[in-house]
Amino acid sequence: MYKIKVHVYLKENILDPQGKAVTNALHQLGFNEVQTVRVGKYFQLFTDNVDDIESRIKSMCQKLLVNEVIEDVDFTIENAA
Amino acid sequence: MKVAVLVFPGSNCDQDMLGAWQLMPEVDCEYVFHSESSLEGFDVVAVPGGFSYGDYLRCGAIARFSPVMKALQEFAESGKPVIGVCNGFQILLEAGLLEGALLRNEGLSFICRPEKLRVVNKHSMFTSAYVENQILEIPIAHGEGNYYCDAETYARLKSNGQILFEYEHNPNGSFMNIAGICNSKGNVLGMMPHPERVVESLLGGTDGLPLFHSILNYCQQKTA
Repeated sequence: MYKIKVHVYLKENILDPQGKAVTNALHQLGFNEVQTVRVGKYFQLFTDNVDDIESRIKSMCQKLLVNEVIEDVDFTIENAA
Repeated sequence: MKVAVLVFPGSNCDQDMLGAWQLMPEVDCEYVFHSESSLEGFDVVAVPGGFSYGDYLRCGAIARFSPVMKALQEFAESGKPVIGVCNGFQILLEAGLLEGALLRNEGLSFICRPEKLRVVNKHSMFTSAYVENQILEIPIAHGEGNYYCDAETYARLKSNGQILFEYEHNPNGSFMNIAGICNSKGNVLGMMPHPERVVESLLGGTDGLPLFHSILNYCQQKTA
């Protein structure tokens, strides 16, 4: 079994109001060392079949998981057997 | 004239949309369920607001894969009018029928109130019954209506006259106050404010009505 970790986050130049609200909350709790928080999404995909998997994941991202107008993505493939 | 109002699981402005069209005796309006695969015989398609598929993943992202959306792509390519309001706008963006994206409102709050809009371009099939620069009051009701596009796209939208409505007082952080845009062909409109909610004075205003009349006029002129 393979575990694919897909991270989707807003592009750097796009304002993340949710991240800003979390940053403010952390500051209120005294965690002032945190300068910026960016909130994203994390998908876990599980599969036994990794034939051509990189290009298939890219296609999944492009067609569904990511809105490329506003979001960036990176992923890793781990053997989770 | 025949109008289709698409209905997805989670649509909740479909009845208002149908009601607005039905105010015009020339219009025969009916619901078309998301599982339908044909839009044959319709002259206009309206994609109403709501929370299609629970807004899962991203607003409009799952609705885009409904069977009816393939028919809608072809319908839009044929040049007939398509209007998407609120979640309908989000669906049209996710489907690639319009350019840009809608982000979370800048202040994070869901905003539900009347907003002042300006008609930026009245030379479209959606706005011909308005006056250029007319100020309208039309309600908004959304949490993710913060329109975004890159500078290059904006320049193109602007020079092609594709920006039809702008907010007078930006409520949600939308880039350059954009409230409604159309595609380059001019037959697909997406807007966050709800014109279908202001079509009777009993409901607080009629500023939405000319939008429906504009589309009706366009269709009648075409068949005349």
